[in-house]
Amino acid sequence: MSELLQFLISGLTVGAVYALVALGFTLVYHAADVVNFAQGEFVMLGGMVTVFAYAAGVPLPLAALLAVIVAVVVGLLLYWLAIAPARGASAVSLIIITIGASILLRGAAQIVFDKQFHKLPAFSGDAPIHLFGAVIQPQSLWVLGGAALVVLTLYYVMERTLIGKAVVATAANRLAARLVGVNVATVMALAFGGSAAIGAIAGILITPITLTSYDVGTLLALKGFAAAMLGGMGNPLGAVIGGLFLGLLESFGAGYVSSTYKDAIAFIVILAVLFVAPQGLVGRRKVERV
Amino acid sequence: MLNLLGRRSVILIVLAVMMAVLPLLFPSSYYFRVASLVWVSALAAIGLNILMGKAGQVSLGHAGFFGIGAYAVAIGPAHLGLNALLAVLVGALLSAVLAFLVGRPILRLKGHYLAIATLGLGVLVAMVITTESGWTGGPDGMPVPKLSLFGWRVSGSTTWYWITAGLLLIGTWFALNLDDTPTGRAFRALHDSEVAARTAGVHVERFKLQAFVIAAVYASVAGSALAMMNGFVNPDQAGFLHSVELVTMVVLGGLGSIVGSIVGAAVLVVLPQLLTVFQDYEHFLLGLIIIVSMIFMRDGMVPMLAKLARRARS
Amino acid sequence: MSLLKASDVGIAFGGVKAIDGVGFSVAPGEILSIIGPNGAGKTTLFNVVSGMYAADHGRIELDGRDVTGLPPDALASRGLSRTFQNLQIFHRMTAAENVMVGRHLQERCSLFADLLRLPSVTRQNRATRAAALTLLDQVGLRDDADVAAGSLSYGASKRLEIARALAAEPRVLLLDEPAAGCNSVETEEIDRLICRVADQGIAVVLVEHDMKLVMKISHRILVLNQGRMLVEGTPDEVRHNPLVAEAYLGRHGAREAARA
Repeated sequence: MSELLQFLISGLTVGAVYALVALGFTLVYHAADVVNFAQGEFVMLGGMVTVFAYAAGVPLPLAALLAVIVAVVVGLLLYWLAIAPARGASAVSLIIITIGASILLRGAAQIVFDKQFHKLPAFSGDAPIHLFGAVIQPQSLWVLGGAALVVLTLYYVMERTLIGKAVVATAANRLAARLVGVNVATVMALAFGGSAAIGAIAGILITPITLTSYDVGTLLALKGFAAAMLGGMGNPLGAVIGGLFLGLLESFGAGYVSSTYKDAIAFIVILAVLFVAPQGLVGRRKVERV
Repeated sequence: MLNLLGRRSVILIVLAVMMAVLPLLFPSSYYFRVASLVWVSALAAIGLNILMGKAGQVSLGHAGFFGIGAYAVAIGPAHLGLNALLAVLVGALLSAVLAFLVGRPILRLKGHYLAIATLGLGVLVAMVITTESGWTGGPDGMPVPKLSLFGWRVSGSTTWYWITAGLLLIGTWFALNLDDTPTGRAFRALHDSEVAARTAGVHVERFKLQAFVIAAVYASVAGSALAMMNGFVNPDQAGFLHSVELVTMVVLGGLGSIVGSIVGAAVLVVLPQLLTVFQDYEHFLLGLIIIVSMIFMRDGMVPMLAKLARRARS
Repeated sequence: MSLLKASDVGIAFGGVKAIDGVGFSVAPGEILSIIGPNGAGKTTLFNVVSGMYAADHGRIELDGRDVTGLPPDALASRGLSRTFQNLQIFHRMTAAENVMVGRHLQERCSLFADLLRLPSVTRQNRATRAAALTLLDQVGLRDDADVAAGSLSYGASKRLEIARALAAEPRVLLLDEPAAGCNSVETEEIDRLICRVADQGIAVVLVEHDMKLVMKISHRILVLNQGRMLVEGTPDEVRHNPLVAEAYLGRHGAREAARA
């Protein structure tokens, strides 16, 4: 029982991070029709900028804020310098561009920061909380709470604000959105900025638990993508569920089956889902018009 | 003269002459090594181009097959006592079988989904290679025994230059052959319109699978050649970054252009050599090259140059 | 004797019945036109018959054999060919290559022979190209044989599709709006072409909005409205059927038209 609870908590913690990465993916995919492989680099930036700012003497909350701002700026630059000029390129070309951006950002981080692993102190101490025999790191609660807050905020923005409606409209039909006066370029830039912020927050929250380095982004991006795919690309709620599910799967897989191939689980899941339901679990069958 | 020989023969002859003349200009064995690297990478890129440029199916995990070929010539002789040449064949066969088995469900997917599924496949292969250290030496890699042909121990960068050049020539010949044949036309047709190809009686699944298997075999053979040439393998050769490099070679040179893949491979192999002074900047620059070339040369270098040449002539 | 027979075909998308209980049959050498207002389900019926969509119910027979649910490539090998309403040409290939793909089923296709480019492959290539050029000649595109298909005009692309469909030597040819977007000269060419095709004993099923063309060349006409069969008959019967005018023009419009 306590073991089960332990796996559950660690699974949900990691899953919350995957969920945030998947949410970032979904936001950009939704608004701009781009699968952004640089999504993981925002997580890396969030962690790394906070670490280095904190080490330079900036108080932790300010360091975290700075990290989010840096990530958002990078996200906007990514859109303006790499995605917007490539308008009209094929899906695969855009994927390659974002992979290029991901490699570039990793390379830049390697130069600006270093190649070492870094740690942040837990936000509210390391004293573990005992619950039914399971040990909970206080930082886990920060991760879960932070992720929940991000999800709720995003939900509110998408459902209740004009900006959110513009994003939804752009996703549904770009031309029609433009005709009714939505500035589609701005909406896409916002989506990139927003997904960068979400990624950075995930990076800041998880760094005290998992450490960070210049190259953590790739694997996170791939897993986040797996989660988004599980949820049926472009569906925010699906992304969150997919992320948590993937986290649990990894945690229980590592605990009960084998930890050697823990990282492989995400990819086996991707392949399995695509084989069974090529449109994702929550996705809908599309009919090709000829 | 040009018309008499046909485009195919002209390309092959120019390539062969270039391969023969280049060594005269090489001041040191280092140059032979870099050139061999270009030939090997070009071989893998041409295979991938048949899949991506002709049949229009993306693979972001192709280094997986490259890795299978590379490790086949390492593990085969070391653990199973296989002859090195036989190990190359076993690697190619293994890659072909894997591509055949996985290709069927994967190639039903389109666009982003196909990209992520092939990516997942590649990453899984790399993970197995990294994890099964008893067989593969794990993250550190393992040595590859020297190739010996009928008692002749193949070594030296000059020798490998000629072997890899020969392999590339054969690979180029096959790829060029394919273009104007029922198979080649079926590839290009399903690239442009799957429904129309199907209506014309093209068994789309079968041809996608063929292209995937061909590309896997090209990559596997290239991997074997590189491993034997280096005398060493490591998991990076099967890794995601290498997959991306292969795709970049294809796209940079020009999707569908066989010559383009050779040019793309040359650029992506030679450039980092020129930039060794900026070693720390390697990733940064690779990323930059990818982004800039995808934005400003969407058709790739060779098709773009061909277009410019046509415009200049008229 | 009917070559292609569809009976009681129905398909729904998200609960909306696109077509329901539709059937027709066409004999060798016969031209059957399917007409109806926009959204009547004409193209959907084509897509079901040619194996693009799987019907919810109904039965398709080709030459007396049940072919319901077979994929398009299997139907092609049984002698059914089609063109598309929204062009589906291979735009990166030349016009001649487009038609050569149409000969796919007539060609021997072996991967190893092709990789090695055996002499037999070269020989076959020459024959296929010759056949393709003959067909391009028939549709008036002989001079554009080596032009990239993507750069052809709309009307030319339409004719290219017909040539490609004919290259498969079909026994049944489905044409989805072959004259759409064509000027009157081109329409007349297409009209002659279709009649010639039918004269060769090929069964032609035509979806078309150009009523002049339809009335002129069809042997029989099937009128669809809102996914259901409205009328079936000869051009004359259909022309004078008040239900048809009503479907197109509404009740009021039909009365106006009758008075005019």
